[in-house]
Amino acid sequence: MAGDDQAVDAVLKVRDLAVDFKTDTGLTHALMGVGFEVPRGKVTAIVGESGSGKSVTANCIMRIIQPPGRIVDGSIDFAPKGMDPFEIVSLTKKDPRLQELRGGLISMVFQEPMTALSPVYKVGNQVAEAILCHRKVSRGQAWREAAEMLERVGIDDIDRRIQMYPFEFSGGMRQRVVIAMALVCHPEVLICDEPTTALDVTIQAEILTLIKDLQRELGNSVIFITHDLGVVAQIADQVVVMYQGRVLEIGTVRQVLKQPVHPYTKGLLAAIPGLAPKGERLATIATVVGDADITTPFPMQTLADGRQVSLPPELGGAQQA
Amino acid sequence: MRSYILTRIAGLIPTLAIISVIIFIVIQLPEGDIVSSMLDRLQAQGVDTSEEYVQNLRAQYNLDKPMVIQYFYWAGNFLTGDMGYSYLFSRPVNELVWERLGYTLSITISALFFTWLVALPVGIYSALRQYTIGDYLMTTLALVGLATPPFLLALIFMHIGFEWFGISTGGLFSPEFEDASWSFAKFADMLAHIWLPMVIVGAGGAAFTMRILRANLLDELNKPYVVTARAKGVRPAKLVIKYPVRIAINPFISNIGLMLPALISGEALVGMVMGLPTIGPLLLQSLLNQDMFLAGSMLMWLAILVVFGILLSDLLLAWVDPRIRFE
Ligand SMILES: Nc1ncnc2c1ncn2[C@@H]1O[C@H](COP(=O)(O)OP(=O)(O)OP(=O)(O)O)[C@@H](O)[C@H]1O
Ligand SMILES: [Mg+2]
Repeated sequence: MAGDDQAVDAVLKVRDLAVDFKTDTGLTHALMGVGFEVPRGKVTAIVGESGSGKSVTANCIMRIIQPPGRIVDGSIDFAPKGMDPFEIVSLTKKDPRLQELRGGLISMVFQEPMTALSPVYKVGNQVAEAILCHRKVSRGQAWREAAEMLERVGIDDIDRRIQMYPFEFSGGMRQRVVIAMALVCHPEVLICDEPTTALDVTIQAEILTLIKDLQRELGNSVIFITHDLGVVAQIADQVVVMYQGRVLEIGTVRQVLKQPVHPYTKGLLAAIPGLAPKGERLATIATVVGDADITTPFPMQTLADGRQVSLPPELGGAQQA
Repeated sequence: MRSYILTRIAGLIPTLAIISVIIFIVIQLPEGDIVSSMLDRLQAQGVDTSEEYVQNLRAQYNLDKPMVIQYFYWAGNFLTGDMGYSYLFSRPVNELVWERLGYTLSITISALFFTWLVALPVGIYSALRQYTIGDYLMTTLALVGLATPPFLLALIFMHIGFEWFGISTGGLFSPEFEDASWSFAKFADMLAHIWLPMVIVGAGGAAFTMRILRANLLDELNKPYVVTARAKGVRPAKLVIKYPVRIAINPFISNIGLMLPALISGEALVGMVMGLPTIGPLLLQSLLNQDMFLAGSMLMWLAILVVFGILLSDLLLAWVDPRIRFE
């Protein structure tokens, strides 16, 4: 609703985003009309099963979709602090704002810390490069700032470690390096694409706390991609539920996790071990969803409590125009 | 790193010793020896050869001693820089080999550079523009290059040069410089000639390297570390070179040494076809005539070149790839 739109200070507004992948087997519609907003200074979680289009959405925001993928429709309005707002999808390759965007205004932490860094360059080189890509500073200055940021993400003995190669680091430490690399230019938005999936549980908790703490300190916005609803509860302010290239439900953490409206969201929650009553068989998403139609793209509607949901008409959804 | 280098260098000594034994055995394998082929010649010329003369000759070449002793004479002399005497040319082997070895080395090394100069940009282009017309064109050219043996390529080039341009493309020098002593003009003349054998010897390797580089690069292009660097804001041209290409070329650096034997044997054939003053034609001649000191020395030198080439490429790889260095 127009009134709500103005009430929320959104750093990113994604609208009707559509992405196709042209492969040997035909055209895949990876995203079909994805829309959501990222409130400034908050953590927005995107949840959904594998293949629902979470990573593709993130890559669109960074404009790093590679062929055979192509953004075929939609817009992403970006309103960084102290800069004129601009639209991301229509930026041409030569536009200096595109380069500024990647790693400068928006940066990204990926799922695979073991392979996210090049094995042949020192950790310091790779973190300092992020600075050198965006600011005119000397190499020495860039390395000093890299060292500061690495210490801030919890890497000690920095004079020695900064000269080491990624393969001399553990997975958790590598992910800290990637986080330092992402934050060293103080971006407006940090996108984390399943940053803890590949790590063991104790390290997972540490990394989550680190991301949350740094977000509070630096005041940036975070898009946190995960399929772990436990993590969502811990870290997020707002949740976007995706399924098969579409958004099914958007709401606050409390709304989505405590009183889900969409049958698919209900199914996701029921399938979490630990939430189901003891001794009972764990429900699958399919049994909870039942006969409800979750594949047809019904229009998004805003409910009285402010959440947005795409419901079939028989469950109270708006009729299609 | 230092201990790695030292171990590798120490490892060369037994390798070369074993190679020298094998070479020695191989050149002794055919029936007869230098003296018998010498006698054949002398008798054909009607020269009378007494029993005593034969004995003397045998003693002069140490052929009357057991094989093992003969080997140590040969190997020992080789180490002190005396490669023996070529009966075929009636000159010390030292005089015959050095210059030719120099030309062989020049052609081989320049062929190696040519290989890289062509394969690197073309391989990168082909990978980045996969399945475009340009890529298909390069692929076709590479397959033709791979399927054409160097000696055939040499014949084709010489034919084209002679028929269409009326120039003789054989040799490394124009006739007026053939016997001239070294001068800047002679050097320039050599450069004007050496490019053709360089291209011919390097063509196959360039085609091969380009194809493998393309495949390696396609594997690397979408690796997570490349995506991370792209998301960090590294500019496209720098991104490709600094990240995926840097990794994709590593296997080739270690392969430089392994490419040397192919280049050297390719050069030997091309050298014969084009009449180059290199090792190849001389080696063939010496083997046919059982001129064992000449053949043995040349084989030994080629082996030394290859072994040092492999060492150099391994050290180079350790230098560019920290993962090797830290093992
Ligand atoms: N390189 C590609 N080539 C072809 N199709 C692709 C490619 N990348 C993504 N897709 C398509 O986009 C869809 C969404 O992929 P995406 O990676 O965004 O899923 P995801 O939600 O991030 O899943 P996961 O939780 O497994 O990371 C996939 O189902 C696939 O059909
Ligand atoms: Mg993903």
